[in-house]
Amino acid sequence: MTHAVKPRRKGRSPFVKWAADTGWRHVVAIAALVFGLIPIIYVISAAFNPNGTLSSTSLLPTGFSLNNFQRLFTDDNVPFAAWFANSLMIAVPAAFISIFISSLAAYAFSRFRFKGRRPMLLFLLLIQMFPAFLAVVALYLIFGSIGEFYPVAGLNTKLGLMLVYMGGALGVSTWLMKGFFDTIPKELDEAATIDGASHAQIFFGMILPLAAPIIAISGILAFVGTMNDFILASLFLTDRPEMTLAVGLKTLTADNSPASYFGIFAAGTLLTSVLTVGVFMSLQRYIVSGLTGGAVKG
Amino acid sequence: MLDQRSRTAGSTTAAGLIVKIGVLAVVAALAVWAALPLIAAGAWWGLALEAAVVAVVFYVYLQRRAVQLKYLIPGTLLLIAFQILPVILTIGTSFSNYGDGHRVDKDQAINAIVAAGVQQTPGGTTYLLAVGESAAGELTLLLTDNADGSTWAGTEAGLTELEGATQDESGRITAAPDYTVWDFAELNERLSEVTELAVPTGEETGIKVQGLSAFEGVSTRSYDEACDCITDSATGTTWYADDETGTFVTDDGRAALVGWRVNIGADNYLAVITDPDIRGPFLGVFTWNIMFAAGSVLFTFAIGLGTAMALNRPGMRGTKVYRAFMILPYAMPSFAMLLVWAQMFNRDFGLVNDLFNLNVNWYGGTWSARAMVLIANTWLGWPYMFLISLGALQALPSDSLEAAKIDGATGVTAFRKITLPLLLIALTPLLISSFAFNFNNFNAIELLSGGNPFKAGDAVGGTDLLITYAFRQAFGSSSADYGFASAISVFIFLIVATISAVMFRFTRNQEDVYS
Repeated sequence: MTHAVKPRRKGRSPFVKWAADTGWRHVVAIAALVFGLIPIIYVISAAFNPNGTLSSTSLLPTGFSLNNFQRLFTDDNVPFAAWFANSLMIAVPAAFISIFISSLAAYAFSRFRFKGRRPMLLFLLLIQMFPAFLAVVALYLIFGSIGEFYPVAGLNTKLGLMLVYMGGALGVSTWLMKGFFDTIPKELDEAATIDGASHAQIFFGMILPLAAPIIAISGILAFVGTMNDFILASLFLTDRPEMTLAVGLKTLTADNSPASYFGIFAAGTLLTSVLTVGVFMSLQRYIVSGLTGGAVKG
Repeated sequence: MLDQRSRTAGSTTAAGLIVKIGVLAVVAALAVWAALPLIAAGAWWGLALEAAVVAVVFYVYLQRRAVQLKYLIPGTLLLIAFQILPVILTIGTSFSNYGDGHRVDKDQAINAIVAAGVQQTPGGTTYLLAVGESAAGELTLLLTDNADGSTWAGTEAGLTELEGATQDESGRITAAPDYTVWDFAELNERLSEVTELAVPTGEETGIKVQGLSAFEGVSTRSYDEACDCITDSATGTTWYADDETGTFVTDDGRAALVGWRVNIGADNYLAVITDPDIRGPFLGVFTWNIMFAAGSVLFTFAIGLGTAMALNRPGMRGTKVYRAFMILPYAMPSFAMLLVWAQMFNRDFGLVNDLFNLNVNWYGGTWSARAMVLIANTWLGWPYMFLISLGALQALPSDSLEAAKIDGATGVTAFRKITLPLLLIALTPLLISSFAFNFNNFNAIELLSGGNPFKAGDAVGGTDLLITYAFRQAFGSSSADYGFASAISVFIFLIVATISAVMFRFTRNQEDVYS
């Protein structure tokens, strides 16, 4: 077989051979990169554009100024620092708590055998197919009446929004973590039990540290998902200084906002992405394995 | 041995005991804090519910037999409160006419209609008027008493004292907690709604708006229980209650402005089928919704798989750099990038028209807007497909590929007959969940096109998905129809549930083949 192929290859010039073998791969990759990077380059160009208007922005920067960044923090109508802080204040605790709650449930599903275990697992998969915002009307009414009794957690409060995000704690991440917990040998639990460890000690002292990578990934996905949420946040937070980044930045591109806000918006986008891109890049390897690990477990 | 194990497993260490007592103490403190407002308001059902939840929590953490419950209960409580309950409420609302004009119960509706017939009486209280919306979107009169300067909030349900309002020099309210106060422009625009509103203050008294002030007076209308009707003694009009639609109607079919909330059965669902004004647009939205979801999956997967195939070659130079840059669109905050894309498609100054020297009004035509939405959504989604395709490609069993090579299959044939089927088996669950996600991709539509283009007088835009359509029905600028919006939500539930059920079946069958 190999003999039949060899003579044919010898006849080609080295360039054709390279092109057929690796060259096209670079062409495809570069084409995809061009498509992928143009909007990002555009944002960078807009953020450093001295005028800040859409009409004066082109793909490649024509000037350089930090004007937009400066206005981002000084313009009274653009409380960017407050938005940024709000987003973090909501997304970080919501991600932490929901991942903690989710890992508790994953431990129960992985290590205990009880009645209703399988149906409940399937139910979790089904309910996560219904994104929380499909029930926006109901959530709106629920939090309207919660607010009557507990103003701290009603509409237009961070706590209320966090509660909604945490309501979705059990879901995909529970499955991901359960899959990972399953790969931790049960013999370890048994050994620990014989040594006198309680179930809580096994979970907090052994399983959680061993499962750190998957917990990190789930936490980051939850964090980024919360940061990107628009519909619930726009419904809950209507006061300008209370908004999250998603809701606040959207107002900058609204039809009735000044044209020069586009540059400010781009600068804000850039600052927001420093956070998310940094997180993604530092954990690139885990993300690839985490996503496909979930695929196999499905 | 066994005996000892079970004993030690059940025992708790001192530290564990302290933590447990501490956590339960916090729960108890929270419970007391939560009970106070309920007791103050006399909400006994709420109190009973709260007590039950606390009792369950205490029971679960103090018993020793069902250990798994200790790990499941926090997540389950949140799940019930903020996912299952909203779903049930949504289903309930979908069978009612709840929405603008049908927000209150029947008694409140009667009071409001009676109050609307209020005539000014000499010496009655007068108010300075400001108008706003409550957090729930309810039209509210924000009143300042001319006599003593006290502030009040009035809706069609009644009058409540307002605290913490900000006033200008004249005493008019300019801001109030939990209310969005309108400026003059908005007030002018919606003046007709405001002048129709009447705030009931007693059996036959109410507050009405006159210009930029409001007065309290006695109504010429009265409710008669015997005929279940409201009669206006000044004009002689009589409205009869129609309990099926929740409205008061005159003999010649004119309905009073305020109705009440009733159960209207499956009318919201049937409207989709029977009402031609809804059926036509609805079918259009539904078809486009499927096209959008399928198209998004197809394009992102094609590009993602293509690039993954290109980079899946051991020893190729630069793969790490390529990969790092390809993840970038996935790592950028998606909401912001959608807004950037929306600007890039601007007709006059947008990058797309600039680069390709076009003059397309992307938002103007249905199909150009749809193409735009798909292009931007593909950009957002393909890195994810690239990542999972690359992962799956590297996990492919190398023996089947080698066997194919030995059998003489190369290039396209090997890809079509071996690689692709194997890939699809591994990736089908992810592709289907991607379809389900895009089916409800609210952000992509709302942030990119906002549903545009709208034909004149149409409630449905050319790029509207079911979810954005439902959202606009409930929260759009025109009158809110929560009942209908909920019905559409339930409809979406059903579709997505069917998709996921099919997915379960499909992947289970496939797994049998695979192993």
